[in-house]
Amino acid sequence: MQTLRASWFGFEKHWLWYRRNWRATAVSSFLSPLLFLVALGLGFGSQVQSTALIGGVPYLQYLAPALVVITAVQGATFESTYAIMSSFLWQKTYIGMVATPITPAQVVYGQVMWIGSQLFVRSVVFVVIAVALGAAGGPGIGLAVLFATLAGLAFSCPLIAYSATLDKPDSFNTVFRFVLMPMTLFTGAFFPVSQLPNWLLPLVWLTPAWHGIELARGATFGTLGLLPALGHTAYLVAMIAVGLFFSVRFFHRRLAV
Amino acid sequence: MFVNVGGVENLVEAKALTKHFGTFEAVRGIDVEVRRGEAFGFLGPNGAGKSSTMRMVACVSGRTGGELKVLGMDPDRDGPKIRARIGVVPQLDNLDLELTVRQNLQIYGRYFGMSRQRCREKAVELLEFAQLADRADHEVEPLSGGMKRRLTIARSLVNDPELLLLDEPTTGLDPQARHLLWDRLFRLKQDGVTLIITTHYMDEAEQLCDRLVVMDGGRIAAEGSPSELINRYSTREVLELRFQPGAEKPDLERFAERVEVLPDRLLLYTQDGEHTLAKVHEHGVQPIQSLVRRSSLEDVFLRLTGRTLVD
Repeated sequence: MQTLRASWFGFEKHWLWYRRNWRATAVSSFLSPLLFLVALGLGFGSQVQSTALIGGVPYLQYLAPALVVITAVQGATFESTYAIMSSFLWQKTYIGMVATPITPAQVVYGQVMWIGSQLFVRSVVFVVIAVALGAAGGPGIGLAVLFATLAGLAFSCPLIAYSATLDKPDSFNTVFRFVLMPMTLFTGAFFPVSQLPNWLLPLVWLTPAWHGIELARGATFGTLGLLPALGHTAYLVAMIAVGLFFSVRFFHRRLAV
Repeated sequence: MFVNVGGVENLVEAKALTKHFGTFEAVRGIDVEVRRGEAFGFLGPNGAGKSSTMRMVACVSGRTGGELKVLGMDPDRDGPKIRARIGVVPQLDNLDLELTVRQNLQIYGRYFGMSRQRCREKAVELLEFAQLADRADHEVEPLSGGMKRRLTIARSLVNDPELLLLDEPTTGLDPQARHLLWDRLFRLKQDGVTLIITTHYMDEAEQLCDRLVVMDGGRIAAEGSPSELINRYSTREVLELRFQPGAEKPDLERFAERVEVLPDRLLLYTQDGEHTLAKVHEHGVQPIQSLVRRSSLEDVFLRLTGRTLVD
């Protein structure tokens, strides 16, 4: 209870900032789904023939729930790299926080709460736009909001832990290029992963994006079985748990030595 | 009326306190007592172990060995409880640059669990104290170094701390900004706040501290009030003599109680500087420059360690 309250104050700090700056972030959270859905779904999608492999639905509808997830994972990446490093090294705001009764662990929880809420809000916006554009394949796309948030956090938490170990931002580019980029392109958002060579599949199964997309798309088209749903969710929750564990450790090591 | 909140008179008590980082021994067994209401200083050069000590007292860094009590409690067990009642001014500002001056104060109050209403009131009061009321709703980023420092000090007071820790509070500030800060710190002292200050400026230590320890290489070299230390380790006056660069410096031991040879000048420790200067002149020694001054903590440090404070 005490921990939750203390973590909440870390959330509040971001909220204070957001209240003054939400307009700037709102533009990008509106614009990015709109552009992606129009360009890839409506434009590019008009040239794509619906096949049994994608469930016989229009490409726009096939794409939409997966794009919610991909956008969340991308948003999570940016919130969990430079922003974390800055709070340690440049603005040093974390150092100010742990001089108060707040502990390093509570700093982590507050940060993750904030990122989660951002991902949730952006996903809601995305789904609303998708519905408006006729990209919703079914009412289940509402659940994509939850699954996208979950997948985003599953990537965010380990990345926060990693960012907490760095002293300069150079390796973030490696993360963007060699982790985020392939994860965006090859985890089933744009085409079924069954089209990939078999040896690549185990790598795909490791990514939170693939699990999120399976969940979001399955929920949208009503094809999600109970067991797979539990399995994917459990995997994402486990990634969050492991990420939090290491984040708390590394924050403590960095802030309390 | 004086209220003894914590039931202790010594706000900080350390015995044989040590701090190691791997094989590096930053603090090598120090004994310190800080009494309620005093301004206590840690004076020493960079790397003396001052900041490491401060971080242990601030309950953000655990001790390696020895005993430590802050406000009568053990930091290992009651860290958050102790931190709730102290204020910390860090060596490097860690203000939230994207928030306004006022918001920085308000959110910091929230970290201590204060109500929003109380945080708003406290922010107004502290803006006045820090002379930043006209900047209240500006962002922090473009403020001058002195203003940021004042805001950091104001922020550290948001929880009405009994004990305020200031780590190098005026490093990097111009003289005017320093004097303004010192004035604020004097006020706090008058209000009964106990201050602990680390500094490598001897004038700051002399101005602010009732009592101080001189630290060097992780150990305490001496302890006392500034005037006690000067009486014990130095003479009343110092005669500084400067000679042509490269010229051999004459042996003047017999004219003073003690002579320190620095790269660019000689320091003659004596009770009467003018008198000593006259004798030196009589003896036919011709320095290119001479200066008589009172002894300072710098001289104490030089005596104790054989080195100057600021290299």
